[in-house]
Amino acid sequence: MTADLLARSGPLQSWTDRFAALPDTVQVVATPHVAMADLRVDPAGPAAADVAGFLGVDLPTAPSTYVETDSVRVIWLGPDEWLVTSPFRAPRALEAGLRDAVAGRGAVVDVSGQRTTLGLAGANARDVLSGGCAIDLHPAVFRRGAAAQTLLGLTGVVLVALDDTATSYEILVRSSFAPYLASWLLDAATEHTPT
Amino acid sequence: MNALRLPAGGRIDRSTTYEFTFNGQRLTGHPGDTLASALLAHGIHRTGTSIKLGRPRGIAAAWAEDPNGLIQIEEPFPEPMLLATTVELTDGLTARGIPGQGRLADVPDSARYDARHSHADLLVIGAGPTGLCAALTAARAGARVVLVDEQSEAGGYLLGSTDRIDGGPALDWVAAATAELAGFADVLHLQRTTAFGHFDDGFVLALERRTDHLGTPTHVLGGETAPPHKSRQRVWRIRARHVLVAAGAHERPVVFSDNDRPGIMLAGGARTYLHRYGVLAGRDVVVFTTNDSAYAAAVDLADAGARVHAVVDARAATPAAWVQKCVRRGIPVRAGRLVTGTEGVERITAVAVAGERIPCDLLLVSGGWNPAVHLFSQAGGTLRYDGGLGAFVPGEERDGVSVAGGAAGVAELGGCLADGRRAAEGALGGLGFVPVDSPSPVAEAHVDGQPSLVLWRVADGDQRTQFVDLQRDATVADIACAIGAGMRTVEHVKRYTTIGTAHDQGKTSGVLASGIAAELLGRPVGELGTTTFRPPYTPVAFAALAGRDRGSLFDPERTTAVHAWHVARGAVWEDVGQWKRPRYYPLPGEDMEAAVLRECAAVRGGVGILDGSTLGKIDVQGPDAAEFLNRLYTNMIATLKVGSVRYGVMCGADGMVIDDGTVLRLAGDRFLVYTTTGGAAAVLEWMEEWLQTEWPDLRVYLTSVTEQWATFPVVGPRSRDVIGTVFPDVDVSNAAFPFMTWRDTVLGSNRSGHDASTPRSARGGRPAPDQDVPVRLARVSFSGELAYEVNVDSWYARAVWERLVAAGERHGITPYGTETMHVLRAEKAYPIVGQDTDGTVTPHDLGMSWAVSKKKPFFVGKRSFHRADNQRADRKQLVALLPVDRNLFLPEGSQVIEGPSVPEPPIPMLGHVTSSYRSAALERTFALALVKAGRTRIGETVHVPVAGALVPVEVAEPVVFDPEGARRDG
Amino acid sequence: MQLITCPYCGPREEAEFHYGGQAHVPHPADPGSLSDEEWAHHLFFRDNPRGPFAERWVHALGCRRWFNAVRDTVSYRFHHIYRLDQARPETP
Ligand SMILES: [Zn+2]
Repeated sequence: MTADLLARSGPLQSWTDRFAALPDTVQVVATPHVAMADLRVDPAGPAAADVAGFLGVDLPTAPSTYVETDSVRVIWLGPDEWLVTSPFRAPRALEAGLRDAVAGRGAVVDVSGQRTTLGLAGANARDVLSGGCAIDLHPAVFRRGAAAQTLLGLTGVVLVALDDTATSYEILVRSSFAPYLASWLLDAATEHTPT
Repeated sequence: MNALRLPAGGRIDRSTTYEFTFNGQRLTGHPGDTLASALLAHGIHRTGTSIKLGRPRGIAAAWAEDPNGLIQIEEPFPEPMLLATTVELTDGLTARGIPGQGRLADVPDSARYDARHSHADLLVIGAGPTGLCAALTAARAGARVVLVDEQSEAGGYLLGSTDRIDGGPALDWVAAATAELAGFADVLHLQRTTAFGHFDDGFVLALERRTDHLGTPTHVLGGETAPPHKSRQRVWRIRARHVLVAAGAHERPVVFSDNDRPGIMLAGGARTYLHRYGVLAGRDVVVFTTNDSAYAAAVDLADAGARVHAVVDARAATPAAWVQKCVRRGIPVRAGRLVTGTEGVERITAVAVAGERIPCDLLLVSGGWNPAVHLFSQAGGTLRYDGGLGAFVPGEERDGVSVAGGAAGVAELGGCLADGRRAAEGALGGLGFVPVDSPSPVAEAHVDGQPSLVLWRVADGDQRTQFVDLQRDATVADIACAIGAGMRTVEHVKRYTTIGTAHDQGKTSGVLASGIAAELLGRPVGELGTTTFRPPYTPVAFAALAGRDRGSLFDPERTTAVHAWHVARGAVWEDVGQWKRPRYYPLPGEDMEAAVLRECAAVRGGVGILDGSTLGKIDVQGPDAAEFLNRLYTNMIATLKVGSVRYGVMCGADGMVIDDGTVLRLAGDRFLVYTTTGGAAAVLEWMEEWLQTEWPDLRVYLTSVTEQWATFPVVGPRSRDVIGTVFPDVDVSNAAFPFMTWRDTVLGSNRSGHDASTPRSARGGRPAPDQDVPVRLARVSFSGELAYEVNVDSWYARAVWERLVAAGERHGITPYGTETMHVLRAEKAYPIVGQDTDGTVTPHDLGMSWAVSKKKPFFVGKRSFHRADNQRADRKQLVALLPVDRNLFLPEGSQVIEGPSVPEPPIPMLGHVTSSYRSAALERTFALALVKAGRTRIGETVHVPVAGALVPVEVAEPVVFDPEGARRDG
Repeated sequence: MQLITCPYCGPREEAEFHYGGQAHVPHPADPGSLSDEEWAHHLFFRDNPRGPFAERWVHALGCRRWFNAVRDTVSYRFHHIYRLDQARPETP
């Protein structure tokens, strides 16, 4: 019975119209409800291999990088820590699958609600980011495969480069900071929004 | 109108006329003018009066080194403390001269100010001949280049000269170089951009002035206007692997008696006004110089129609080639002569030269050139005195920083071009780039001349009118006074005289002060040195420094998953760290006191619900998780059973309480730790520090899940009914679900809820199936009442909250905020870390010895409990204070003294009030306080000063409500 | 804004890091065996040299890893940055 079922909500639910009003060169979309799990294993140990088997891809060991398959993305967060994300898997299923693979040789935590995802795309995407992000975003340096934990404006983010032309990113932000970051992005887009 | 504007020449657009107002006078100018050049075109030198002496002052230079032409803009928007020489003229501009102080606007500035980060292999500061050559060299080699320059167009010194490069006008070469740079994708070339600070690791801040020159839409006569969406000013945060300072040099005046009159100007400045703006700075000119460079001004002004009555050269040996040019134009050259004084009040009228009086309306002065070493020095570069130049130049080489051209003391154009290329090639080598072969630009032959004379001042006359720092009205007499008072270093002289501390930061006065002080002290100037150069190079508005971090973006506001509900319910907010928490939910007509009394009564009498999602939450996993937590909490965690909850206290190694909260054991190897709202990040960092640095052998993993879980305490005697209704499959009876235990349950979910997200089909895969939503219920209480803490995945938080509120409706469920939470917890003497503690309070002081294990051999802080100071009988202890007047409210922070009267100072302080509230349950006010030996004073009366009177209060057991704990189980 | 080179993430602005005081001050294995004076010394006394100083830092807004660094307290230059499992480098 539908009435008995719980609806999901997200921190940027009410922002859709404001995002839609942005110019083509600065496109922001909220992508709520991406399953995410924090994974802790020894990258050189057997658990890492089993996790790779489950995910279908080896864990990235280069700092500030990610790898992905059709259904999951694995972001390096630390020398023994990754964020596994998937918009297609259910949070509990993702956590359980990883937990089975880790089998007590590390840790897995469902953090799907800990962060929310924003997409940022367009010709001015990099300009907007460079208004509040100190790392070098030149596409020769920060391109598809790169994911940095850093500051954007006054909040910590995981910044993910989706292409090689500095025109498409994902920004993972702590859910409680998401409205701040949304305000910050809208404000930063002003420069690229002729009136 | 523009009587001194030449009919042709310069880089202004005579086809468009701007109207502006200065000191109430309506004037005209042209695009390309600065306010200063437009004023000079009308023959106006005097801009205002000086700050202390009220002496008339005028424009003395052509750019930021001017110590004099301070103005206030009134229209389009009030802005104080600008230089007429650096304000680009716009139509409708209204400004006035100011005597050293202006006024801020009394309305908010609606302009945007923003920031941009930029990264470069090579940052070149200055787009004069040196900088352009360097930038071209680097760009051609494939380097990422940022080139910044403070002027409206590139060229630097060349804009005010008649130099030639490669057989053509130098500015043609500038145009070609600029165009070539524009063709490189990885070159960022910014004009109107002043590098104002040079910090560690190649970090340079630069201010770009982006829209002022475009004018405002109401005033524009045609062409561009300032688009409202574009930021007015931008702070560029440039990180460069190598910084090349090619900032040129500032001409230095010579100090002589009455050297401050309007119409006295740096020689190079007059040349700039002539060549760049087509303006004759005067008709009857005298030039006073110690070097060859000022001869060009004499010759050029004469050629443009001025009468140059003399070149007064302080040197006995004059440069033959220049003298010949002067003779050809009928300009007398007085070798080995000095200017000893001037006449004129509002404008110079005559110059005294060795007893001779020469009438004039313009005196040009050149005492040599000071390399603009500011940005080199700011980054820690040391300087050395060059006796030949009479100036401080960069000393040792520094990693990642170089200086070239005029800023390095190179005097002539050919040298600058070559030096720019050399410096860039040197930097590129270190960065792994290979310079490409390309022809070097060739400057026309330099006119050979005579070495400069180092002359700081002309001693004749009254030292009190020999101005060193014109903006501070500081004179040679002031330096003499400082030295007479015992100042022996230039830093002390600077502070004693204030020389170099004004708006211009001593661009013309700093080295002069060193030179004159050295002379008066009889010491070499190189030994005395110069004052430290500090950012900013030129003034920067606070609005620009703040950028977008203002208003609602000043500090992030963190919100919970239920925030929108609180907003709709009319919550009044309390800022807790960065969190926005509902403080109370007023009904129509209620003030805070009424709302909180109602909320408190509702919770103790029925049921309330609180959004506690801001509590920090840390997932602790791993085989050694229990051991790890056992070491960090003062109480025993290892014995906690799966399914149970324990309240825990964390202390620093010094034994002082740093955080508290509940600990849930989820599994043998897994815990969920709650921290205070404000302590969440610090506690996780603290735990990681112990784990990583002290106990790396422990197999434990820590993960923040603060936002993963929303937390809703449902509190009050009717909470069991509400929880039982919403979670029918949970046995909520006291026997099945006792205090300090937790239970997991599920609620059905609906993926087709009001979020419209659709998986991106391009990446394939299948959407997640419907599934049950896990909910964790915990029997914990921060109020003494029966309570269930509902923890749910934050995706479903809003839905679960609404369901709890709906189910509680028939029980009169009341949402309550942090203020009611505080009252309820204080009635039970549950301390708030950071409010009832201050880093000097132990668990024992809080009356929580029960939370300190006596069995554990070790935990952080244990050893400190045995220190003598921790054993003192008179330690401050947490007690309740009950004012004898049951209606009297003790302000938090009030001091507690013995009383009943105030003794002579020093008054012995017994402690202070940490929390104070009005209790609905007790129908009276009460407070918590830290009081010396408080527990032995229970029952005594002490006194608290409130609003000028000492009020009696009874010291009481800290728990003032339900001390037996009878309400806990409903 | 100085750069600090996280041993994992590389150079980042100092705003991403938190300071952790003097490094190589291990918590005593058996605090109970220390006199009050020895314990107080451990709690409250740290070196304050002019020149190279071994410190703890954490890349708080990045990989959350603690590490050690030898920094010059006069010039602020970082001479060495090393992981917790690496030995303290020789310093002059
Ligand atoms: Zn790191």
